Amino acid sequence: MNLTVELSGKSFTFKDVKDVLAKASEPKSGDVLAGVGASSDLERVAAKYVLSNLLVKDLRENPVVPYEDDEVTRINQDGLDEAKYEEIKNWTMAELREYILGYKATEEDIKALGKALTAEVVAGVCKLMTNLDLIYAASKVRITATCNTTIGRRGCLSTRLQPNHSTDNVDGITASLFEGLSYGCGDALLGLNPVNDTVSSLAEVLKRFDEVKNKFEIPTQICVLGHITTQIEAVKRGAPCDMIFQSIAGSQKGNSAFGFSSETVREALALLKDRGTAKGPNVMYFETGQGSELSSDAHYGADQVTMEARCYAFAREFNPFMVNTVVGFIGPEYLYDSKQVTRAGLEDHFMGKLSGIPMGCDCCYTNHMMADQNDIENLSLLLGSCGVNYILGVPSGDDIMLNYQTNAYHDVNAIREILNLRPIKEFEMWLEKMGIMEDGKLTSRAGDPTIFTLGG
Amino acid sequence: MIDERLVALITEEVIKQLRAKGSVTLPDSMGSGERPAAAGGLKDPMDPEALERMKKRTTARIGVGKAGPRLTTETMLKMRADHASARDSVFADVDPELIKRMGLMTITSQVTDRDMHVTRPDLGRKICPKSEEAILKNCKPNPDVQIYAADGLSSKAIEANLEKILPVLMEGLEASGLSVGTPFYMRFGRVAAEDRIAELLGAKVVCVLIGERPGLATAESMSAYIVYNSHVGIPEAKRTVVSNIHKDGLTAVEAGAYITEVVNQILEHKASGVDLVK
Repeated sequence: MNLTVELSGKSFTFKDVKDVLAKASEPKSGDVLAGVGASSDLERVAAKYVLSNLLVKDLRENPVVPYEDDEVTRINQDGLDEAKYEEIKNWTMAELREYILGYKATEEDIKALGKALTAEVVAGVCKLMTNLDLIYAASKVRITATCNTTIGRRGCLSTRLQPNHSTDNVDGITASLFEGLSYGCGDALLGLNPVNDTVSSLAEVLKRFDEVKNKFEIPTQICVLGHITTQIEAVKRGAPCDMIFQSIAGSQKGNSAFGFSSETVREALALLKDRGTAKGPNVMYFETGQGSELSSDAHYGADQVTMEARCYAFAREFNPFMVNTVVGFIGPEYLYDSKQVTRAGLEDHFMGKLSGIPMGCDCCYTNHMMADQNDIENLSLLLGSCGVNYILGVPSGDDIMLNYQTNAYHDVNAIREILNLRPIKEFEMWLEKMGIMEDGKLTSRAGDPTIFTLGG
Repeated sequence: MIDERLVALITEEVIKQLRAKGSVTLPDSMGSGERPAAAGGLKDPMDPEALERMKKRTTARIGVGKAGPRLTTETMLKMRADHASARDSVFADVDPELIKRMGLMTITSQVTDRDMHVTRPDLGRKICPKSEEAILKNCKPNPDVQIYAADGLSSKAIEANLEKILPVLMEGLEASGLSVGTPFYMRFGRVAAEDRIAELLGAKVVCVLIGERPGLATAESMSAYIVYNSHVGIPEAKRTVVSNIHKDGLTAVEAGAYITEVVNQILEHKASGVDLVK
């Protein structure tokens, strides 16, 4: 394994695979904070050169967190398609990149390839891709999943409707929910981030979501994003629930800081099989975001892109309905500005698809980042063009509970029209029935939440 | 083009069906809505009264209407204005006149500019050597309780609340018979810097009044993080937090009285954060 390269008359030597991976990353403030990033642009490119000549097996054999210490590494290594891996293990990373971008590789080829790649390989090839490479490669692949409806089909762009409320007031939540539905949002999910992570509060909101879903015969999914253990308890006590959510990290230590392990996820899956309200088979919802491992000191000296790829390796074990990178939520100490957030959004989406999971993106930013609404509108259009499964929708882009901004209810239909995309078929038919959408466009009646309040 | 007449017909039919089925209705009870709904907004809602009820139940920007699929100009500009205000609050310094007027000494963390402040929270938790000297020289040692203010992520929070809360708090604590340390102001400060302050001054309780990361609804929200017998590296769970201090939340004067009570409890139980809840 050659870890040295000459570049512009300078010699660069890297310590190990983990060091090459970290320094080959595009600039991220989180890698600077962790003290693992490249110290100059030239060193960054030198690391990319070294990386491009490493073999697939070099990366597989050097996971950034040891197999013995970490169940995420074990799940990833033990779950690989070994036959496929034998075919590709001696490819250089440059060859892997060119194979993925090449005309010969079909969608099915890339999906089969993904099953033979560990997270380190997925992250490695990502670091050799430009932004357009990431968009082009990702656009070749669609990953579908089915809960009540099927997400991720070619030609579809869905939304998670996020009707958050600063005090979990159920009628306030319902008001935002009706507003969102009236704009054609919610085909991926009606999903709330609760303020109160209690069984009774979760159950109350789930009950209202279920009531609305059934009353108006909406073909979609519902979820309230409490802690996984709170959701499990709510379902045990009879709360209606289509899928269970959890934030995940790329190491066991990170997941442990989130208060769960793979066993907890298996318990949730078993419970939903028995007591869930969705037909499935995909009933898990995971959220990720670059930098979360560092924030709980669970990054093992690895860079944030590699740790993010490990989240996807963990997620695919549980066949989720949706995985969401909440890309700009974490703040400027991890992703400094719109350039870094845009890059991270494209990286996460590409890596998720190559890992074989149904990816969405919360294109968002906080008020202490160097980004604004224009930047996340750009990102959502870019992701729409690579075939992202879904983006978010909140009232006018302002989330009053999480105190950050994401896509407005008003964004998805503009993107759909520009890129000739539609909601999930059954949902579109429902929108037509409700007089909200016609021929893929919003009607003059759309945007009126009171069409759901009449007659009571 | 959309056939408006057809839409009207479909809508009429939908309403008829909904009426027949009975629908989800919103009762009249209030939510927590304080912020007035965006001006302008949806023209000709089918049920204007229902829309008013809905708007009262949430501060979310609903009932806003649209231009094609997009936001109306009014809603878009209001959103940008609120964002601009939030950003100003993060990236501007607290008015030095205010600190001077209140007679507070200014110390700084190891952060040297605003940009470093948002990207290096680790340095915002450490105090620069010169400031450590100044603290030791100018502040009363070994107090029962040390109060100080820090900009955190919102200078506006400090500007809006500090002058109102600090006198109430100092008087309240002194009236409880406690020895109160010399208050000061920390620039580029993060919450955990209070642990070093506790070590430096030997304070039993430290309470930092700090600006919170602004949302769009308010840029003036301040919190108090209170910790007992602290040291660098103490778990976050050991802090007691009083949050949402601003004119539409817990007012500065109310918060002053409440924090006095909390500090007394902490001293009585010799514990803060999760240990106090137990």
